[in-house]
Amino acid sequence: MGDQTAPIVIVGAGHAGGAAAALLRQYGWRGPITLIGAEPHLPYQRPPLSKAWLKGETVAASLLLRPVSFYAANAIDLILSQRATHIDRAARCVVLQSGARIAWHRLILALGSTVRTLDLPGITLGGVLTLRDIANAEALKAALRPGARLAVIGGGYIGLEVAASARALGADVVVLEREDRLLARVASPPLAAFFRQHHAQRGVNVQTGAHIESLEGKHGTISGVRVADGRLCACDVALIGVGAAANDSLARDAGLECDGGILVDHATHTSDPAIYAVGDCTRRPLGTMRMRLESVPNALEMAKQAAADICGRPPPAPEVPWFWSDQYEIRLQIAGLRDGAVECVTRGDPRTASFAIWHLAGDGTVLSVEAVNAPADFMAAKALIAGRRRVMPAALADPSRSLRELAA
Amino acid sequence: MPKVTYIEFNGTPHTVDVPVGLSVMRGAVDNNVPGIDADCGGECACATCHVYIEPDWLDRIGLPVPGSQEASMLSFAAVAQPNSRLSCQISMTEALDGLVVKLPEGQH
Repeated sequence: MGDQTAPIVIVGAGHAGGAAAALLRQYGWRGPITLIGAEPHLPYQRPPLSKAWLKGETVAASLLLRPVSFYAANAIDLILSQRATHIDRAARCVVLQSGARIAWHRLILALGSTVRTLDLPGITLGGVLTLRDIANAEALKAALRPGARLAVIGGGYIGLEVAASARALGADVVVLEREDRLLARVASPPLAAFFRQHHAQRGVNVQTGAHIESLEGKHGTISGVRVADGRLCACDVALIGVGAAANDSLARDAGLECDGGILVDHATHTSDPAIYAVGDCTRRPLGTMRMRLESVPNALEMAKQAAADICGRPPPAPEVPWFWSDQYEIRLQIAGLRDGAVECVTRGDPRTASFAIWHLAGDGTVLSVEAVNAPADFMAAKALIAGRRRVMPAALADPSRSLRELAA
Repeated sequence: MPKVTYIEFNGTPHTVDVPVGLSVMRGAVDNNVPGIDADCGGECACATCHVYIEPDWLDRIGLPVPGSQEASMLSFAAVAQPNSRLSCQISMTEALDGLVVKLPEGQH
């Protein structure tokens, strides 16, 4: 784009929106940039909310993506504690809840996602919590006293990270998962089995196939979770961690194409070429599919794609999607996507809590790795996935063959 | 306040103040220095804050501890060199005032 002086508005001041603003300046955009956020906070990192921050190992200031001085220094106007209520595509402006109209030449939607909840009797009881933002995390932290009894409903990453942090804080923890294994949508069966065993070793009561009937309370506060077989898991606090839905209603109301997420192309254009969408609120093309990825690396990658396109720079090199999770002393790093994998090879011994599960296509092409305390496997696999390289499963499984040799 | 100079792959230098106790990665991010991605925010999970330490500074900074998370990540990082470090693992001190690091062509 030749004219780099026109105004850009970014709706959503999370990881994706905050990164987009910074990258636009880095890439040379000279026009006004306005970043609008619904929360009262500057853009901050969410991953520590279930981990270091929850355990009291880090302070609020260190959560900020960038210090407060950054925004003035880079001429990024912040409008916080304001939701956008309407996009006027014809007039090219965003309407805020205050009634203010903010005009744009290019609009970036970074609307994030909303945690799903459950339609259960007792869901509105006190002590029934979710975890998405700092306010949620404050409430959870206050409830996790030593000896508190926590019921985690949903055995996904958020639930398991909170379970691990709660154990570190001295709480009793039960994890109730509806599916017959943990991490059903987001990890391979052997990895899920490892985490189940590890959480059990750390004193977490993990129950799979647990269908919840109701949440029971006393004096307006939760006192237990009733499972379908009639058992009652007594608890003082419950965390609902059953996934999140894309915040796409603002886009849908404006007539942009959505399908459980705002549909975008490889450069993050929505169906209106003047409007971009990035991060959790989108469904983006990856390989032959359109996918929703809820992760920080995905938010940053899409911010990069949008900023590059707006500033007329070449697009970033196609990325290998990746993800990480910390639980107890375990660092899990995942690279790539398992879809299409037919073979699964484990390097290392899960009993030592340092191993990697490699997922290969029928012809040996490396598609994904799930690396547990195995950073070299993660990095080696990431390079092999990016290069669409093939490996011999037998060689991969042989501990006497080095990764360097396999990656050569 | 101690200063760090970050030299982009294309040769553009950026000299900025980095408060003692902050990481060299944070100094770049807080000042919008291009070429440091820092996807994971300093958790040593992504290796996208990779820098080359100028030889004069290598004795003061040191190499990653063998077998550490950082060393393992760097062992398979694209374009790693003997003077590679992950800048999230270098904490700023007064003694590092004047540090010069070069940035690789890309972080992915």
